[in-house]
Amino acid sequence: MTSIFSTASEMAESLKQKEISSVELVQMHYDRIEKVDSGVHAFLHLDKAGALAKAKIIDDKRAAGEKLSPLAGIPLALKDVLTQKNQPTTCGSKILENWRPPYDSTVVERLNANDVVILGKTNMDEFAMGSSTENSAYGPSRNPWDLTRIPGGSGGGSSASLAAFEAPLAIGTDTGGSIRQPAAVTGTVGVKPTYGTVSRYGLIAFSSSLDQAGPCARTVLDAALLHQVIAGYDEKDSTSINQPIPDVVAAAKKGEVKGIKIGVVKEFQGEGYQKGVLNRFQESLDILVNLGAELVELSCPSFDYALAAYYLIAPSEASSNLARFDAMRYGLRISETAGQSAEEVMRITRGKGFGPEVKRRIMLGTYALSSGYYDAYYGSALKVRTLIKRDFEKAFSQVDVLVSPTAPTTAFKIGEKANDPLAMYLNDICTIPTNLAGIGGMSLPAGLAEEDNLPVGFQIMAPVMQDDRLYNVGAALERALHEKWGGNILKQIPDLNNLVGIFAGKGSN
Amino acid sequence: MELKEVKHLANLARIEMSDEELIKIQKELDLILNSVARVQEVAKDDIPATSHAIEMVNVFRKDEVKSSLSNQEALSGAPAQEEARFKVPQILGEE
Amino acid sequence: MALSFDQVIEKYEPTLGLEVHVELNTKSKMFCGCATTFGAEPNTQVCPVCLGLPGALPAVNAKAIESSIKIGLALNCKISPFNRFARKNYFYPDMPKNFQTSQYDEPICYDGYLDVEIDTDEGKKTFRVEIERVHMEEDTGKSLHVGGATGRIHGADYSLLDYNRAGIPLVEIVTKMVKGTGKYAPEVAKAYVTALRDILRSLEVSDVKMEQGSLRCDANLSLAPINSNTLGTRSETKNVNSLRSVERAVRGEMIRQGNLLESGGKVIQETRHFLEESGETRPGRSKEQAEDYRYFQEPDLLPVAPESKWVEEIRNSLPEKPAVRRKRLQAEWQVPDKEFDAMLNADLLEEVVQTVAAGADPTRARSWWLGEISRLANEAGKSPAELISTVDVATVIKLIEQGELTDKLARQVVEGVINKEGTPQEVIVKRNLKVVSDDSALMKAIEEAIAAQPDTAQRVRDGNIPAAGALIGAVMKSTGGQADAAKVRQLLLKHLGQG
Ligand SMILES: [Zn+2]
Repeated sequence: MTSIFSTASEMAESLKQKEISSVELVQMHYDRIEKVDSGVHAFLHLDKAGALAKAKIIDDKRAAGEKLSPLAGIPLALKDVLTQKNQPTTCGSKILENWRPPYDSTVVERLNANDVVILGKTNMDEFAMGSSTENSAYGPSRNPWDLTRIPGGSGGGSSASLAAFEAPLAIGTDTGGSIRQPAAVTGTVGVKPTYGTVSRYGLIAFSSSLDQAGPCARTVLDAALLHQVIAGYDEKDSTSINQPIPDVVAAAKKGEVKGIKIGVVKEFQGEGYQKGVLNRFQESLDILVNLGAELVELSCPSFDYALAAYYLIAPSEASSNLARFDAMRYGLRISETAGQSAEEVMRITRGKGFGPEVKRRIMLGTYALSSGYYDAYYGSALKVRTLIKRDFEKAFSQVDVLVSPTAPTTAFKIGEKANDPLAMYLNDICTIPTNLAGIGGMSLPAGLAEEDNLPVGFQIMAPVMQDDRLYNVGAALERALHEKWGGNILKQIPDLNNLVGIFAGKGSN
Repeated sequence: MELKEVKHLANLARIEMSDEELIKIQKELDLILNSVARVQEVAKDDIPATSHAIEMVNVFRKDEVKSSLSNQEALSGAPAQEEARFKVPQILGEE
Repeated sequence: MALSFDQVIEKYEPTLGLEVHVELNTKSKMFCGCATTFGAEPNTQVCPVCLGLPGALPAVNAKAIESSIKIGLALNCKISPFNRFARKNYFYPDMPKNFQTSQYDEPICYDGYLDVEIDTDEGKKTFRVEIERVHMEEDTGKSLHVGGATGRIHGADYSLLDYNRAGIPLVEIVTKMVKGTGKYAPEVAKAYVTALRDILRSLEVSDVKMEQGSLRCDANLSLAPINSNTLGTRSETKNVNSLRSVERAVRGEMIRQGNLLESGGKVIQETRHFLEESGETRPGRSKEQAEDYRYFQEPDLLPVAPESKWVEEIRNSLPEKPAVRRKRLQAEWQVPDKEFDAMLNADLLEEVVQTVAAGADPTRARSWWLGEISRLANEAGKSPAELISTVDVATVIKLIEQGELTDKLARQVVEGVINKEGTPQEVIVKRNLKVVSDDSALMKAIEEAIAAQPDTAQRVRDGNIPAAGALIGAVMKSTGGQADAAKVRQLLLKHLGQG
């Protein structure tokens, strides 16, 4: 029986067999959202009328016997960083409150072309800067495993919507781990594809050379099905790679690791890593060995500098990317007294419209690029980027994929790290190197940490344009773990209906 | 970092900040910069810079006219408009 | 007592630098598919990319790259085998992204030169202007300042922005410092911009209309005491909107700086604006506190690496250089220097070339464009080329050569064409302007004239040839001037036994 707890591929099969209609499926999810989102606060905006109308059209097409895309009629939650024509697109920022873009991002165009039904826009750290959604101007999202905890960030709204069964699929974007870390802490699957394989056109830029949109789901296969829909060459994005995307769906169905060489990154263990995280990671390695994979321990010494390089490169690009929010053409405009000049209105609007973390990063980036400091900071960071690429190249000359924990800890408490930016930045320590090198990475659930019964993520990294390897290894591990757990890890999630009452209304403002 | 420098940065970035905010951010930037400065340890002269993760060159589009937005669409998000143009407060400086 | 220009150059040596911005005439913008048509309704040639909407991304126009390479080659530049776009970060409301996508330390072309010829006291002399770089960037939008007393930026109540121009491809051509021009600095500046304009026009990469802003010139100038081997502080004069203004702006700035230095003052590094009416400059933004543009490589665009094969193809397709072509045409047409210069100064070379190409005789083509058509254009307050097409002028000239029109009739035909009465052929029919060359029709008119003036006819028969003038005049009158007078004379004399 199809329910909100089914996987997207199960839902797709039921739609195909006409056991359920898309309208019913979409309505079912809105009912769930109505019930639990006051506590979870995954969504910033819902497009109920639009989604149901779209579902109806798809049902009609199906009834007429039209050939439909595999994910036709399946609901999806869209991170609020991607433009959707005439729908609010805020990036979690006050500065874009009420802005409705006059154009669709390429990702949205592809979702529409494949008849995926967009339920609404999900919460995120303002301009994707953060690891907890606490930096959203609209209040944090909450982790469905424990509503006092963060759902990860920046794409916490998307991951929370999956774990709360508000949507079977979601889109995230990943600049330093914003798809994978939320997936890790919510017990879901998230993939950052190779840079240049999913168009950035319409993805509101945080750090242009690092940003990449990708699929979020509850299973590896579901992620692959969505990956296939959104990936592909786009001439509107000059950094788009004009090559065929590897068959990730076939890889997700295969899941065979016999003879595959798996590199374990030495730098991503030890101090600063929660015990339960390392234990689940080790168990997953053991499973992979049992399945016939060969483990190789590797050192990537420059990874120790990745975090520092990232916190120079991303803020530098952001300081330039976010300059366009100036109160002149769209978005917020604040003037305090009549007759203030354009320059004053710009300053005031940016001062009030951006939150503290965004201002911090703009200031940091402005500094790193300014004359006299460029070489020492931004310039040096670009060199570290070269070193990290070289470390990956060397590693991939020895192994097929690299693995690590996705994040050093499980979900922390909301407010716990809010006043310590550096501690917050450490969340992305394992995910950042892939963004700097442009390669693909996946996080999938490895179990629950014994200390807190919260999900742990297992990260897989593959060479450029070899994203199918992520799905192959991920599917093998997932299959074995599901056997061990008796199904998806989310079966162990506490019943949200009981929890939500306590937190209703606290998430939004 | 001196407060004067923080003020200069805020000015370059066109962000109005109160004195308290400037002092707070001064401390935070000091902390972060101390931490990220370690990139200099390994950024030797002979290492080339990587600005793009994936190396490609000569990505061009044909010189073809594509449809633009309508004037209405273009102005749809404008805080103010007049005579089919974006209306903005008086501009002081000149470029 | 204020120093005159002559007094300034007795004491000071100018150093010149010219930055020319050229709008390319591509169909679409630099980084998006919006049209580039001049004068469209405001904000109708805009899209998410050129409006800088969140999420939009640039994509480079291949034609703009090709045009830039063409320009570089025509200016004897080296073409960079690997160059990149950068972001120049500064806030200004007419710039949608608050950064300009430009080229910074890696321009597409560099190290070239352009030789320009000017008249000096010792006759014609060639100056070499060295080119530092040719780089690509994008234009900004246009602002309209509303309210206030002057309508200018200062004192306006608010501004209105039109982004149609934002993102139009610009090529910036920057000279190295030009020294040793002495008192000829204003002439060299004008000659350089003129020569550059002619080259750009011959390459067909830009409309090069200074009055529409598709060619813009900033003139940098500094003065130093003669033989001091020092370099003075420079000013940068913007808003120089015609070739004549280039010369006036440099001259005016030399006089201003000379007087300032002479009175013990200091030139400050600043942007100044040229005032068309007075020929003077007024101060703009001071550049003493230089903006920190925080240049960095544009992450949304990839490096440009023109293959040498492509560059050579472009090189081989370049048209003849304007200076060479001019010399060739002057020789082919056998035109004296003075008259050729008159044609150049009137900016009518291209019209004459096209008229000749359409089959007209070069001398007649020149005389029609510089004479009658220029006169009519002057009366109408328009440029000659706006009045009539080169093909129509050629048609008229060919009809004269074939004896179908007299000069006098031809002037009426041209007038008709200008009045939009139709093609030359149509005007001839409508106005009935054909030369009467039919012998029988002429003979009839001659016989009538003789019948009307029998005494005069008799005198001619008696050998008084000059007396025929009165009869010829009568025939011309009765045919409405459409007869060829020489032909009438010949027929008349023959008829009276004097042929
Ligand atoms: Zn455009």
